[in-house]
Amino acid sequence: MKAFEYATPETKEQAVSLLGASWGQAEILAGGTDLLALMKDDVVAPKRLVNIKEIKDLKGVTSSAEGFRIGALTTLGDLADNANVLKEYPALADALNEAASPQIRNLATLAGNLCQRPRCWYFRNGLGLLPKSEGGKDLVAEGENRYHAILGNDGPAKFVSPSTIVPALIAYGAKLRLVGPRGKREVPLEKFYAIPATETEREHDLRPNEIVTEVIIPPAHGVMAAHYEIRQKATFDWPLAVAAVALTMNGSRVESARVVMGYVAPVPWISPEAEQALVGQPINAETAQKAADAALGNAKPLSQNAYKVQLARVAVKRAILKAGGAA
Amino acid sequence: MREDDDPKKPSQESSGVSRREFLKIGGITVAVPLVAGPRVVEAAGEPVKVYGPGKVPVELTVNGKKHALQLEPRVTLLDALRDHLDITGAKRVCDRGECGACTVLMDNKAVYACAVLAIEAQGKQITTVESLMEGETLHPVQQAFVDNDASQCGFCTPGFVVATKAFLDRHPNPTPDEIRRGLSGNFCRCGTYHGIQQAIAQVARKGA
Repeated sequence: MKAFEYATPETKEQAVSLLGASWGQAEILAGGTDLLALMKDDVVAPKRLVNIKEIKDLKGVTSSAEGFRIGALTTLGDLADNANVLKEYPALADALNEAASPQIRNLATLAGNLCQRPRCWYFRNGLGLLPKSEGGKDLVAEGENRYHAILGNDGPAKFVSPSTIVPALIAYGAKLRLVGPRGKREVPLEKFYAIPATETEREHDLRPNEIVTEVIIPPAHGVMAAHYEIRQKATFDWPLAVAAVALTMNGSRVESARVVMGYVAPVPWISPEAEQALVGQPINAETAQKAADAALGNAKPLSQNAYKVQLARVAVKRAILKAGGAA
Repeated sequence: MREDDDPKKPSQESSGVSRREFLKIGGITVAVPLVAGPRVVEAAGEPVKVYGPGKVPVELTVNGKKHALQLEPRVTLLDALRDHLDITGAKRVCDRGECGACTVLMDNKAVYACAVLAIEAQGKQITTVESLMEGETLHPVQQAFVDNDASQCGFCTPGFVVATKAFLDRHPNPTPDEIRRGLSGNFCRCGTYHGIQQAIAQVARKGA
C-alpha cells in the first residue's frame, strides 16, 4: 500500500472540500473493506484518505411518510438486524444476510456496498475496467471470462456489477442522495450505474468529490418482494447470478413487477421483458418460467460463461416464485 | 558483561559517548523528525487536521490497555498489533479480508484486523485472543476447541476462537445451520470444520 495522508472531517461540507476534483487524488474511507484491498493491490493509490465515519449526518435510520431513510454509514450488519427492514423489506434483509461474512458486515457500510468497485480479476490485477492487451485485444473476450457479463456486454465493458444488495434496492425503488461542491442531488438508484465506454469513466455516477449521504426506500406496503442468489459456495462467495423481484398484486394477478438481475451485466440489469411477461398473470411455475425466459432472451454469453444464462434464468424464476409466495 | 554495559567503567570511545548512549541519541535524533504532528488545512471554512503520510501518533486500546504508537496512516490494525505491539494472536494470512485468521473484536464486534487501519481504530476497544484466558484457565471456547480436536495446524484457530466468541455472544443457542453461516467468515485449510462445529455446539450446550 502506498503512503497517504489521512483526515477525519466532522461535517459533509468539510469532507467534500477535502476530496479531489478528479479521481486518483483522494478516496473516501468508510467501512474500508473494499478500498483497503484495492490499495494493497495498488489498483488505486490515493494521496489522501478522507475518513467520513465521524460525520453524524451520515448515520442512523429513520422512517417517515417518504419511506425508510438509511444513513450512508449504516453497516450491513446493523441494517440486517433492523426491525423495519425485517418486517417491511424482506428481500433487502435476505440480500444483506447473504452478503459477505459477519466480519465484513460489521465493517462494510451500505453506501460503500453501493459504490464498491467491480470484482473482475483483470481490474483487480491493475489492468483496468476495460482491459486490453498491448496489441489492442479485448483481454476478457479472449481470456478468462467465466464470471463475466452475459448481458450489456456489447461494448468494451464486460465486468459484472458487484453489489448483491443493489438489485433488491432497485426493485423496491430506492433513491440515493449525494452531496458535492455544488450542493445536494438525488438520483434513482437504477440511474446511478452506467456502463463505462472509456477507461477514465467509472461504473457509477459518483463524482470524485461527492459523498453518498443516504438511501431512501419508499414504503413497501402491499409490495411482495424476494431476493435469490446462486453461488458456488453456500456462504461468503461472490454470486454467479442474483435476482430481485418486487410485485404488486391485483387479487391473484400481477399488477406491476420489477425484475432486476445482478452479476449478469456491467450494471444492475432491469428486465422490462420479464416485467411485461408478468403483468396481468397469476404467479405460478409456468408464468415464472416464461418471465425468466424473457429476462434472458437477449443474453449473449462470452466464450466461457454460457452456463450463467441458465443460472440467471433459474435465479429469476425462483425469485418470482418466492416473491409470489409460491416457493 | 560487555564493556559498554558496565556503568562503572569509563567509556573507551574518544567522543566520551558509549556505543549504547550513541545509539540512544541516534535513535532519538532520527525518530523526532519522522513523527510529525498533524498539518491543519482549511476545509469548508473550518480547520481540519491532516495526518501523515509519515508517522503520526496513534493510540490504541488493546485488551483494556492503552498503547501509544507512532505509525504511518497506512498501517493496518493487524500490522500494528503484530509488528508494533507484539500481540501476535491475530494471524496475517490473506491480508484481504477473506480468510478470518486476523479476526479481533472491535467494540465487541468481530472484524478483520487487516481490513481496518490502526489510525481509524483509535478510541475503539480492541480485544484479541490473548485476553480470553483467565490466568492459566482456558476460555470455554478455547477449551471446547481442545476437547473437540478442532484444530490441526492451528494457524486459523485464534481467528476462529474470537469469531466463535462473538457469534455465541449473539446466538447463545445456535442451530447447526446458524453455526455454519455465523462462522462463514473463517477458513480452515486443514478442514477441521467438523470439530469446530462440535466445539461450538458444546459451548452452546454448557451455556458458557
